[in-house]
Amino acid sequence: MSEPTVTQDLIQHTEQPTEALAGVRSNRPRSLWRDTWDILKRRPIFWISLALLVMFLLMAAFPSLFTHKDPSYAQLAKGMDPPSSEAWFGYDLQGRDVFARTVYGARASIVVGVSATLLTVLLGGVTGVLAAYYSRWLDAIISRVGEMFLGVPYVLGGIIILGTIAPAQTSPNEVMIMAVVVLVLAVLGWPILMRIARSAVIQAKHQDYVQAARALGAGPIRIIFKHLLPNSLAPILVYSTITIGSYIGAEATLSLLGIGLRPPVISWGIAIADHTRYIRTGAHAMLFPALFLSLCVLTFVMLGEAVRDALDPKLR
Amino acid sequence: MTAPAEPILEVRDLVKHFPLTQGIVVKRQVGAIKAVDGVSLDLHRGETLGVVGESGCGKSTLAKLLMALEQPTSGSVRIKGKDITKTRGAELKRMRRNIQMVMQDPYTSLNPRMTVGDIVGEPFEIHKDVVPKGGRRRKVQELLDVVGLNPDHINRYPHQFSGGQRQRIGIARGLALQPEIIICDEPVSALDVSIQAQVMNLLERLQSEFNLAYIFIAHDLSVVRHISDRVAVMYLGKIVELGRDADIYERPTHPYTQALLSAVPVPNPEGREQRERIILQGDPPSPANPPSGCRFRTRCWKAQDICAEQVPLLQIREGSSHPSACHFAEVNDAVGTH
Repeated sequence: MSEPTVTQDLIQHTEQPTEALAGVRSNRPRSLWRDTWDILKRRPIFWISLALLVMFLLMAAFPSLFTHKDPSYAQLAKGMDPPSSEAWFGYDLQGRDVFARTVYGARASIVVGVSATLLTVLLGGVTGVLAAYYSRWLDAIISRVGEMFLGVPYVLGGIIILGTIAPAQTSPNEVMIMAVVVLVLAVLGWPILMRIARSAVIQAKHQDYVQAARALGAGPIRIIFKHLLPNSLAPILVYSTITIGSYIGAEATLSLLGIGLRPPVISWGIAIADHTRYIRTGAHAMLFPALFLSLCVLTFVMLGEAVRDALDPKLR
Repeated sequence: MTAPAEPILEVRDLVKHFPLTQGIVVKRQVGAIKAVDGVSLDLHRGETLGVVGESGCGKSTLAKLLMALEQPTSGSVRIKGKDITKTRGAELKRMRRNIQMVMQDPYTSLNPRMTVGDIVGEPFEIHKDVVPKGGRRRKVQELLDVVGLNPDHINRYPHQFSGGQRQRIGIARGLALQPEIIICDEPVSALDVSIQAQVMNLLERLQSEFNLAYIFIAHDLSVVRHISDRVAVMYLGKIVELGRDADIYERPTHPYTQALLSAVPVPNPEGREQRERIILQGDPPSPANPPSGCRFRTRCWKAQDICAEQVPLLQIREGSSHPSACHFAEVNDAVGTH
């Protein structure tokens, strides 16, 4: 298209400037999610965190790709041996390979972090949407109950719940141990997500398009799923990405205190807890799991921030 | 417009009070915002009734009540004889086909996560029996064509359109169910003046094409005059004057209408000197605590004792042919716009 024709086009369709502009680029529909992706694509921090995320996910799913050693094979004679060419991260107190244990530890941390977040989103999201949509007494009840849960300090709540449940399990298997921790994290964490979902939905609820849908005769299910949820997903998505990171950290905290995950589960938190006393004589046994833990938390936080920036261009 | 037949929309003594509550646990009602306080009007097939008034006089609440988006405190809204305020569920859903709305802000009235096809097609998703599933896409494209948009843009999102185009999308959505009444709640006040004219012309064309009846709410007097057959002037939740557009604009009898009209800027310098400018004192009183008797008396230069004691009814008064809610209604030649 030559230049004069473009100008003429613009004059003819004075009311359709976007058509002329968009027509030059492409004719495919551009949703807001697509725009978000286009912004994300250009941000290096997104690609860095995505690469790290893929690495951690691979580690969690196929730890044998990274090491062929058995993380439970103990050689007491080699206890606390420093890093060497034979064992890159050295040996821990019981003579197990620290690298293998760190790699295998990714699974428990990520599984706990992701499933606790999913449960939190489910609990907090459903209660938040209900509270916001139906408001009145339902909102009052949900909000007050949420505040009660928020009033309990995180670690204290963990100690109380885990301290009372854990002894009951005489011979726990790995799944049970993780499930209990997931449950505790979600039960103590859902009110924050409920508040985020609630405020996002309240904001969307007063938009004119919701009124227009009501005027057309749309029922609550259509309004919630077609209008409210798609428009309040952004803050929920951002917060849950960051939450995965903080839950991984919280799991390590609880494990460090001896009430979170415990053997036979292999996790970074346990590894740190087991070796805090030996920090002066053999820092490597604690340092490497701690490094991976920090990196993993950082990955999710960075990813969340990148997504937030892309979803809300006003913040930039 | 032909001779008035049976009105398609009858509003009688419509009242909406929003309660003002105090207390955290036990909510106690301490008063009420009287947003709409006894409004009665009729709308005939194919007619346009303009509603004007300043901000906060209850225009938008009136629109919401007519759309059954709010429940009135009392009064009735009859569409073809059936009261929409007392219908529920499937019955109400069926009645909604007859009355649709065009909203003020084209930037918030379209869901940003839906394509134009989904937005305009949503009425058919909700009222599944109007158009069979296979024909919906074609029907949506027809609607886009009717409102002057390119039917090929069906897969685009609202943010890819300009304000005027978005308002056209909103109009297409309102037309989808082939309603007989469309409530236009300030449909052009968020648009540029040049685009305003295009949208107004579109609304007029659609009216003659589909024989629509409009309730046209606006605060721009010239816009209302351009499109309306009759005009209602609202002040603090009540209609103070109601008449054909010539009556209201050339022979207003209520002091408030006269003051409103005298505030319209006149582009022609000739004759500007002869015009009397009525400058009202103060702000409109709070709708939570309106003045006794006539609501306009606190700002009216004609106010007498009777105005505080008796509520002036909206009725035809001596020396005029249209109803006016003023004890001292009379034509004031100095203020009419011609």
